[in-house]
Amino acid sequence: MVALTVVGLAGTAVVMTVRTDRQAVALAAFGLSLAVLFMALQAPDVALSQIGVGTAIVPLMVMLTVRKTRQSR
Amino acid sequence: MSRTARTVMFAAAGGAVAVFAVLAVVRLPAFGSPYHPYRDHAFLAGVAHDTANLVSSVNFDQRGLDTLGEETILLASVMGVSVLLRRAEDEEEHDDRSVGWVLDATRLGGYIILPVTVLVGFDVITHGHLTPGGGFQGGVVVGTGIHLMYVAGRYRSLERMRPTTPFEWGEAVGAGAFAAMGVAGLLVSGAFLANLISYTGFGQLFSSGTVALLNGAVGIEVASGVMVLLAKFLEQAIVLRRREDGEK
Amino acid sequence: MSVYGYLVAFWLVLAGSFGIVRSRDLIHSVVCLSVAQSGTYVLLLSIGFQTKATPPVYGSPPSTPTRSVTDPVVQAMTLTDVVVSATVTALLLAMAVQIHKRHGTLDPDELRALRG
Repeated sequence: MVALTVVGLAGTAVVMTVRTDRQAVALAAFGLSLAVLFMALQAPDVALSQIGVGTAIVPLMVMLTVRKTRQSR
Repeated sequence: MSRTARTVMFAAAGGAVAVFAVLAVVRLPAFGSPYHPYRDHAFLAGVAHDTANLVSSVNFDQRGLDTLGEETILLASVMGVSVLLRRAEDEEEHDDRSVGWVLDATRLGGYIILPVTVLVGFDVITHGHLTPGGGFQGGVVVGTGIHLMYVAGRYRSLERMRPTTPFEWGEAVGAGAFAAMGVAGLLVSGAFLANLISYTGFGQLFSSGTVALLNGAVGIEVASGVMVLLAKFLEQAIVLRRREDGEK
Repeated sequence: MSVYGYLVAFWLVLAGSFGIVRSRDLIHSVVCLSVAQSGTYVLLLSIGFQTKATPPVYGSPPSTPTRSVTDPVVQAMTLTDVVVSATVTALLLAMAVQIHKRHGTLDPDELRALRG
C-alpha cells in the first residue's frame, strides 16, 4: 500500500519535472520505487529487470540525448 | 492544434477514460485474491517440465513464441538506433582529451566491481531456470557492467575494450540461435519451440531442457544489444561534434 | 481498499499521457511515455498478486512446489516488456537526436510549423 502510493507520487513528479536533465534523475528514482513495489508484489524477476533497465540504462540514455541536443544548439 | 486545444481535448477524453477505468476496476477480482486460473495451469505445466522457475518456464517453454517476438522487437529497435545514430556528413570525430577528473576511490571501486558484475550477470543468465533471473535480466546486468569502465575510467579505454562489430554479430547470433532452436523443435517433434532435451531433475542445473539454452541465447542477444545501444549513444554525445563552418 | 493497486496503475497511465500532451520538449514526452508504460506493468502485477503468497520460483532455496504463489504468467509478460520498452525508448531518443540535428529544435509546437 505504501509502495503503491510512493510509486504514484514518483510518477507524478517525473511528469511534472520540466527540465529534462532533472527528469532523468527523477526517472531513475521512479524506476527504483517501481522495483521496490515489484518486490513487495512478490515478483523478483520483474524487479531485477526494472532495476537494471529503468535505473541504469534509460536515465543514462536520456542524459546522453540531453547532452547531445544541448551541444549543437 | 494549439496547446490549449490539446489540453482541453485531453481533459475530456482523460475524464472519460478515468470514469470507465473506475467502473471496470471495481469489477476486477479483489487485489490479493486467491483466484488465479492462469497461475494454476502454468504451475502444473511448469512442474511437469521440471522447471523450478515458473516465470522462465512461461517465458521460454509455454509461451516461447511470444518471447521470440519480443526479442525480435529488441533486435529491430537496436538496428533502428544504429541506423539513426550513424555519423552525419557534417560531423567529425572529436578527440576528447579533457576527460575530467575521477576520484581514485571511484576508479578502484569500478575496476574491482566490473569483473564481479559481469560474472554475476553470467550467473544470472545461466541459472535462469532455477533462480529469479534469466536471459533478459542477466543480459542487462552484463551490458551495464561493462560500461562501468566508462564510469570508472576513460571513454577511450571503454572503446578499446568493446569494438562494436563483435557485439552486433553477437546480437544476430543470439536471435538466430533462438529461432534455430525453435525450428529444431519443429523438425523433431512437430511443434515450434518444443522442449526437446531431457528435463528431469527438478531444481538441478541440468534440468528444464531447452529453457536453459534459450535463456543463454536471449542473454547473449540482450547483452550485445545493450552494449550496441549504449555505444551508439555515448559515441553521439561524446565523440561526434558538428564540424565548424568553413572546415568542410 | 481492495482496488487501490489498479487505481494507481490507471493514474500513472493518465499522468504519463497528460505529460505527453502538455510537453514542450520531445525528450520530456519520451520520458512521460515511459511513465505511462510503467502504469501498465503495475496493473499487470497487481492482478497477479495474492496476499501471503511467495514468488513463483522454487530453485533457491530448493523447495517443493506449492500452488500458493503469485501468478507467473503476468510476471513473464511484464519482465520481457520492461526490457523491450527500454529499447523502444532508445529508438525514440535516437529519433529525437536526429530531429534536433535536422531542424534545430525539440519543441513539438515549433516542429509542427516546419513544412516542406
